[in-house]
Amino acid sequence: MQKGLSGQRLVTLFLAGMVLFNFPLLSLFDRSAPDIGGVPMLYVYVFLVWTMLVGGMALIIEGGGRS
Amino acid sequence: MLSGLSIVLASLAYLGLLFAIAHFGDRRADQGRSIIDNAYVYGLSLAVYCTAWTYFGSVGRAASSGISFLPVYLGPTLGMALAWLILLKMVRISKAYRITSIADFIASRYGKSHVLGGLVSVIALIGTVPYIALQLKAVSSGIDLLVPADDALAHVANGGGWFDTTLLIALALAAFTILFGTRHLDAAERHEGMVAAIAFESLVKLGGFLAIGIYVTYFLYDGVGDIFRRAAEDPALRRLFTLAHGNGAYGNWFTLTVLSMFSVFLLPRQFQVAVVENVNEHHIRRAIWVFPAYLLLINLFVVPIALGGLMHFGVGGVDPDTFVLTLPLSHDHQALALLVFIGGLSAATGMVIVETIAVSTMVCNDLVMPLVLRIGGLGLARERDLTGLLLTIRRGAILLILLLGYVYYQVAGEAYALVGIGLISFAAVAQFAPALLGAMYWRGGTHLGALWGLSAGFLVWGYTLLLPSFAKSGWLDASLLTEGPWGIGWLRPEHLFGMTGLDNLSHALFWSLFANCGAFLAGSAFRPPNAVEAGQATMFVDVARRTAGVGTSFWRGTGQVRDLVTLVGRFLGPQRAEDAFLRYARLRGWNNLDEMEADPSVVQFAEIQLAGAIGSASARAMVASTVKEEVIGIDEVMEILDEASQVRAYSHQLEEKSRALEAATAELRAANERMKELDRLKDDFMSSVSHELRTPLTSIRAFSEMLCEDPKIDLEDRKRFLGIIVSETVRLTRLVNQVLDMAKIESGHVEWQNAEVDLREVVTQAVDSVSQMLKDRGQEVRVQFPEIVPLLWADRDRLVQVVLNLLSNGSKFAPKEAGVLEVRMTADGERVRVDVKDNGPGIAAAEQGLIFEKFRQGGDIRDKPQGTGLGLPISRQIVEHFGGRLWVTSEVGAGATFSFELPVGWRDDATAGDNQT
Repeated sequence: MQKGLSGQRLVTLFLAGMVLFNFPLLSLFDRSAPDIGGVPMLYVYVFLVWTMLVGGMALIIEGGGRS
Repeated sequence: MLSGLSIVLASLAYLGLLFAIAHFGDRRADQGRSIIDNAYVYGLSLAVYCTAWTYFGSVGRAASSGISFLPVYLGPTLGMALAWLILLKMVRISKAYRITSIADFIASRYGKSHVLGGLVSVIALIGTVPYIALQLKAVSSGIDLLVPADDALAHVANGGGWFDTTLLIALALAAFTILFGTRHLDAAERHEGMVAAIAFESLVKLGGFLAIGIYVTYFLYDGVGDIFRRAAEDPALRRLFTLAHGNGAYGNWFTLTVLSMFSVFLLPRQFQVAVVENVNEHHIRRAIWVFPAYLLLINLFVVPIALGGLMHFGVGGVDPDTFVLTLPLSHDHQALALLVFIGGLSAATGMVIVETIAVSTMVCNDLVMPLVLRIGGLGLARERDLTGLLLTIRRGAILLILLLGYVYYQVAGEAYALVGIGLISFAAVAQFAPALLGAMYWRGGTHLGALWGLSAGFLVWGYTLLLPSFAKSGWLDASLLTEGPWGIGWLRPEHLFGMTGLDNLSHALFWSLFANCGAFLAGSAFRPPNAVEAGQATMFVDVARRTAGVGTSFWRGTGQVRDLVTLVGRFLGPQRAEDAFLRYARLRGWNNLDEMEADPSVVQFAEIQLAGAIGSASARAMVASTVKEEVIGIDEVMEILDEASQVRAYSHQLEEKSRALEAATAELRAANERMKELDRLKDDFMSSVSHELRTPLTSIRAFSEMLCEDPKIDLEDRKRFLGIIVSETVRLTRLVNQVLDMAKIESGHVEWQNAEVDLREVVTQAVDSVSQMLKDRGQEVRVQFPEIVPLLWADRDRLVQVVLNLLSNGSKFAPKEAGVLEVRMTADGERVRVDVKDNGPGIAAAEQGLIFEKFRQGGDIRDKPQGTGLGLPISRQIVEHFGGRLWVTSEVGAGATFSFELPVGWRDDATAGDNQT
């Protein structure tokens, strides 16, 4: 198993998530307007970052395994 | 409306389906064709994290405070990013030492202690029972909503008596858990059928929740944007769009993130599915993204459902926790409501089943078994087969836990103590974090530290979180919260020491973890670890580097193999124990049990086998009662550890050394080859030199003898002979000088007088000094310089010597009277090049390499030109010393061009002007 690099990438993702999902970055998006297609900014931001995190994990795990 | 009967039947049918799946899973496991040996199944089974609290409660929390429930799922997402570090290690340790619960994990690491295991079990039990009650309440209120009040079954379903559908479901779950959780005593404590059912339940609850989410979002409303746009018109709902509407919202958000990050590894049910039920550690990899993806999906529609419900029923109209059921019911979609209810049922039952198994294992191994063994005087210790007893204890524990949950549900009802239990429970298991993480990454933690830490954390948790929840439920005087116990203000449970500014969860988590970590560190520093602690610490922390065999040396026991087999047989069944030992014996190279010697590793093997069934602390006690145990002191353990690490270090050093030796050998061999080559060259050189010296000496001697013997030689001849002698002596001197020169250059003893040199001056000087000789021979020299020549850093006299040598060589081979020498200099930014071209006979390609060797001269042997054969080699040495090169291009009959070029930037600063030694 390629523990080294994948592990490092996952830890990086974890740190990025910790920062992106918490104060003070979170407060930048903590507003209802402007909305995106009616959905408040905060909701769009949190779910977008979440999707990107999960996507990133999948990429590291599934992509890293082949190379 | 649905009839009450149809709902009960549907629920029971669903449970029946679970039984079928679990049965299928177990059968396939027995056949060795596991259906859960799959990373996706593993990922789905982790989703047992999402309980009825998620399924119904998330919508409720979203309806009151918007997105603030989300960290409960963001935390696990982030936590899973670290699963490859933390979870993998937990799985490896647990597999290596047959650890079957979180209590066993902590007890085993800190000295195989009964007390510690018992404490962890009690914390888990207290944190779990109300949580199970919450699940039962969710199911019960779901049934209440679905069953019409005038139904014949209604008075049974919610009659409030001691027999109702909730009890029925609790008993059905107990039956399921007993059937698939305690089918037989497995040393690894894995339950494949149960895991298959749980993974299936995860799919069902996701399907149910997505169904209601899509229904509300796209059928009742016109998509997510539409719901938000409509909600935005109501200021009360618009308030939910942002987070910072309350004080400390970000602090609470952070606390929840951290808390749920811990929970995903520390909740008893998570430990059960993630660690104990793990089939293959490689499954963890895929679960790292599958589980977070699941969490993301199940949370997509929470807020739309909450807003939709609030707009439909009005704020305060209907309990938001029930929106997922009341929304379809109010639009008369009974079938959808039933589907959603089944989803909720699976969320609740999944949690209850796994949590009950996990906690019952702890209760049996860490609470009941130690007591049973302690009162072994009753004759139990001599009982031949204790498997029946063990299974009975487990089954009893399962039934007891579920009934406790049911009773708590009946007693607590709508009380805060039940509704808020989700997070209170999270905070309880968070107390395991310091001891558990310390167990894997810190060698210094001791039994005392873990005991103090867990106790302190648990007490503070109880005081700051559990007690207030009782007070809010009206079971205790509410003045406890406002004025503090006995009116002491700074002891108010939610504002300990007057701390304000934190919400009650963050407040409790801070104080409890503060006390926990502090006591853990203080306790560990209080006294040095004893032998067992030090040994276990190394085995846990270094699990990746240690094979099971190494651990055996930490405690030495000897005894009879037969005794050990009998002992293990009492708990695992005699036949299975015999089989296990036989397999182990074959592995170690014995043919049968009688040949086997009860060495320490066999004793260790027996202990690990037992640990799977009765926990490591009890296993230790049992084995110790059977075999004679040598007492090993801490010094000895440290010595063994040191020895092991020293051996590792030595072997590493040895490898290094042998590698270095090989390299040195190769170097020596190469040096030897070079020496031989040099020796041969030296011999060649010596013979050449002596040959060259002999020629002039011979002629000098011959002419001297003639002069000496014949006094009558006339003056003319005498003059001629003396002239020859003089010129031969000159030649001899030059030869000796050049040989010395050559030797000096080769050995690096030359003093290089380096300075900035203009090569044009060098060439001019050389040409001037040979011009008279050339004129005498009737030869002509043409010189061509570029306009700009960069200065070189070199020894001017040496370069003159090189050019002089090339010119006199050219002159020797160029024809007399018609000879023409062309000297051409070219320069670019990096190099200066000098070509000396003659119009002599040229040099054949085969000879072009040879002329640079010592004592080789070009041209015909017959008319051997005057020269020593050392000029070109010396010149080449000089040019190469300055970083340049010297070569020849020539064709026979078209003259020869000797060229050399020197780099402009060359500067041998380290040695310039020094004696090269």
